[in-house]
Amino acid sequence: MLDNTLTTREEIRDLGLRTEEMVLNMGPQHPSTHGVLRLELVLEGEIIRKVIPHIGYLHRCFEKHAENESYTQVIPYTDRLDYLASINNNHGYALGIERLMGIEVPERVEFIRVIMAELQRIASHLVAIGTYGMDIGAFTPFLYCFRDREHILDVFEKTCGARLLYNYIWIGGVSHDVYPDFVKDVADIVKILRPTIKELNDLLNYNKIFIDRTANIGILPADVAINFGCTGPMLRGSGVDFDLRRDDPYSIYDRFEWEVQVGKGEMGTVGDCWDRHMVRVWEMEESCKIIEQALESFPEGDVQSAIPRRVRPPKGEIYVRVENPRGELGYYIISDGTGTPFRVKGRAPGFSNLSVINEISKGYMVADVVAILGSIDIVLGEIDR
Amino acid sequence: MALEPKEIYEKLHAAFPDISIEFDETVPCILVEPMKWKTVALFLRDADDLKFDSLMCLSGVDTADGNLVSVCHLDSMVHRHKLTVKCIVPAEEPKVESVERVWRTADWHEREAYDLIGIEYVGHRDLRRILMPYDWTGHPLRKDYEVPEFYNGIKVPY
Amino acid sequence: MGLLDKKFENSNIVITSLEGVMNWARLCSLWQMSFGLACCAIEMMAASASHFDIMRFGVIPRPSPRQCDVMIVAGTVTLKMATRIKRLYEQMAERRYVLSMGSCSNCGGPYWNYGYHVLKGVDRVIPVDVYIPGCPPRPEALLEGLMKLQEKVRSESLVQEKAA
Repeated sequence: MLDNTLTTREEIRDLGLRTEEMVLNMGPQHPSTHGVLRLELVLEGEIIRKVIPHIGYLHRCFEKHAENESYTQVIPYTDRLDYLASINNNHGYALGIERLMGIEVPERVEFIRVIMAELQRIASHLVAIGTYGMDIGAFTPFLYCFRDREHILDVFEKTCGARLLYNYIWIGGVSHDVYPDFVKDVADIVKILRPTIKELNDLLNYNKIFIDRTANIGILPADVAINFGCTGPMLRGSGVDFDLRRDDPYSIYDRFEWEVQVGKGEMGTVGDCWDRHMVRVWEMEESCKIIEQALESFPEGDVQSAIPRRVRPPKGEIYVRVENPRGELGYYIISDGTGTPFRVKGRAPGFSNLSVINEISKGYMVADVVAILGSIDIVLGEIDR
Repeated sequence: MALEPKEIYEKLHAAFPDISIEFDETVPCILVEPMKWKTVALFLRDADDLKFDSLMCLSGVDTADGNLVSVCHLDSMVHRHKLTVKCIVPAEEPKVESVERVWRTADWHEREAYDLIGIEYVGHRDLRRILMPYDWTGHPLRKDYEVPEFYNGIKVPY
Repeated sequence: MGLLDKKFENSNIVITSLEGVMNWARLCSLWQMSFGLACCAIEMMAASASHFDIMRFGVIPRPSPRQCDVMIVAGTVTLKMATRIKRLYEQMAERRYVLSMGSCSNCGGPYWNYGYHVLKGVDRVIPVDVYIPGCPPRPEALLEGLMKLQEKVRSESLVQEKAA
């Protein structure tokens, strides 16, 4: 991969030059760390020998709050875990409690949840794609992505009043029924999104400079990805055909026709940054498919009929997992029969995805760290919790 | 072929007669002797009919009765079956064998459990705090934890 | 410009004109430190994207604290981060302003009670000029906070008021 440019340590030593490893600090305040992540880069010249991530700069004690608030009050805190995918986070938590309590959710609620979760997935991927472009040096895709993301946020805002953190999916239902023009608005969004994806392909994804920066960089083999617990686009980018929406179905995902997109190594090797990035682009198209099918058979009904008056799950424990835009989001919830959870552990996809960064950046140039980090698509809120 | 937790337990029991392995019907989960856990973990990962290739989640729990629990949720992407494994240790001497070399997912998750709950993973190559600052004292998710008044001269409570 | 601040005892026509020009120049080019902490940073990014376009107020994100006039503390400040924020603030050149964006950096927000690792308000480590409430504040709220800061800059004076 770098053999033509790489001067080995031995060659340098033969020239009689003194070499030493340099430690470069990156972050916690750095424009392309996507938040407050600190990386310690051990470099030999420009070549990375080791990356030591230091996290915890955004540790907001989610698990402590979950132990002290009632079951329903935990939902706003789950919003703030992965603040780009609040609805998916609510969904996972609500599913866990519903399974513990044995609540059957009305049909309309399931449809609303799926549509909202998929819209949120698209919105999250748009941010990921836009900021990745910005990391690599393309500013325009960022503006395009945020422009289209606003349409989705408008739907959320019309539905539940918030732009970013919604507290929308409640245990047994949703906080507000959708507004009368919802179906038309969402259908319009899908119509807007399809050209956007094409635009992104033309502008960014198949751009020569972009491919040069991302293809064959940060290759993550499938077995390493599984062993490190990488999930989501990270795992699928490595060619593993695994998606919880299909392989461990929850809600009503098993009713829709769509495909799991995997990286194929089109521009370089399977599992490089370009593959991971493109899985996100392709997934937006798949989400559009799910939304369209859900809109076709959108049922009527009451959305709050199954919300329990008092949330007191019986004694027991459950591990529930859902497919977040970033991967497998798990909640391990232990109930002791009272009104507050005994323990809630959040298994954040970004936490495991980030832990692989040392493996996949060794041997690349220092400028590639930004490309690799951007392709992991981290959100520090969920990594640090 | 997907196996039920009970069947997996019977397989483990037959394979390791000298390691204390118990089955808990209520969850259902398997309780393993903490300091022999790695041997069992390797078997769970590599045996052909088990193939637990991914560790979904590793969490530390303070049960508030003097015990700490290290809970592993395993998943097999080959056979599509799941398993919960628990190691219960007393809070005075919380030592569990590390499975960091079996599933690399466990690396950061064990560091987190060490940081927040205080379970010591024996054999972990890099057991440092991960979320809290390195000079923090105490393990915040213990049920009897008290928040310090000051940290480096900054007032902590509201 | 910081050399002249509060160095005069009497205002006269030269000084008032000079401070008018200086304040105008300052408030129209409040360069921001591109530095996001948590959820509010996403709204800050939305504010700088095409829909809200914060750049029309002269707010240009700069990666280095040396080139910045205003620090937008967007998100939860934890104890681990607090010392870093203090250092970044100290690295900024004088006439620096701080916008505290969102409940978390105002007072701890939803994490005020059980957040053992959350700083309950960024004003415990650095001085804050404008507080923007909300969790997270809408981009419009950020723009409003920015205009409040501009008002503050507009009324600054080179004259040191003497004690009566």
